[in-house]
Amino acid sequence: MEALSYLIAAVPLDAAEQKTANAAIGAGFAYGLAAIGPGIGIGYVVGKAIEAMARQPEAAGMVRTTMFLGIAFTEALALIGFVVFILLGL
Amino acid sequence: MSESAAPLVNRIEGPAPEVSVSNDMVRRGLFVAPVLIAVCGVIWGLDGALSSAYAIALVLVNFALAAGLMATTARISLALMMGAVLVGYVIRLALIFLAVYVVKDAGWISLPALGATIIVTHLGLLVWEMKYVSMSLTYPGLKPTRQTTATN
Repeated sequence: MEALSYLIAAVPLDAAEQKTANAAIGAGFAYGLAAIGPGIGIGYVVGKAIEAMARQPEAAGMVRTTMFLGIAFTEALALIGFVVFILLGL
Repeated sequence: MSESAAPLVNRIEGPAPEVSVSNDMVRRGLFVAPVLIAVCGVIWGLDGALSSAYAIALVLVNFALAAGLMATTARISLALMMGAVLVGYVIRLALIFLAVYVVKDAGWISLPALGATIIVTHLGLLVWEMKYVSMSLTYPGLKPTRQTTATN
């Protein structure tokens, strides 16, 4: 951390560069944080769906259909984060 | 083998419903693509129209990849399917990032049009498909079949 602060202090940035750097950092955080939630959600959806299929294999078709839709809806959150990322700082 | 270990070796045979869901969404996506491209063309010009077409292609390929991965791995084992879905999520996000990164400096790209089309197409197709799936599950007797379609 101390080394990082020395590095930052050693490279002075003007206002425009600082703004660009802040936008890039913010965009990176936005994308990264937006991908964490859907990752947890997809893991939960698939885990529960597999549990359901193992308990009741005759319902596997219905479970897989709803699981696929659930995964795609959850993934939409990550895509929204990605769009924010590309609009902010790609 | 104990019941708790069953998902490790269980596999699902038969037709893959996610592939038919994905095919439905791709068909509908191609159906509405001209409208979305035209709207983006009106708002953002030719760049917007081209970006919109690129975004629609990205979303449809993403759906097809997800469904194909799930259908393939479900025939091997449920545990592999879970792993493939989770790893596939990361890989597909990376592929989308790469696909956008490659064209971000192209002369024809309009990032607002690209982003808006990705979100609208993804959510719109999902809601459309969910409506169809929920109706089919609630009223299976009303589900249109090839035979009834032909007689009408």
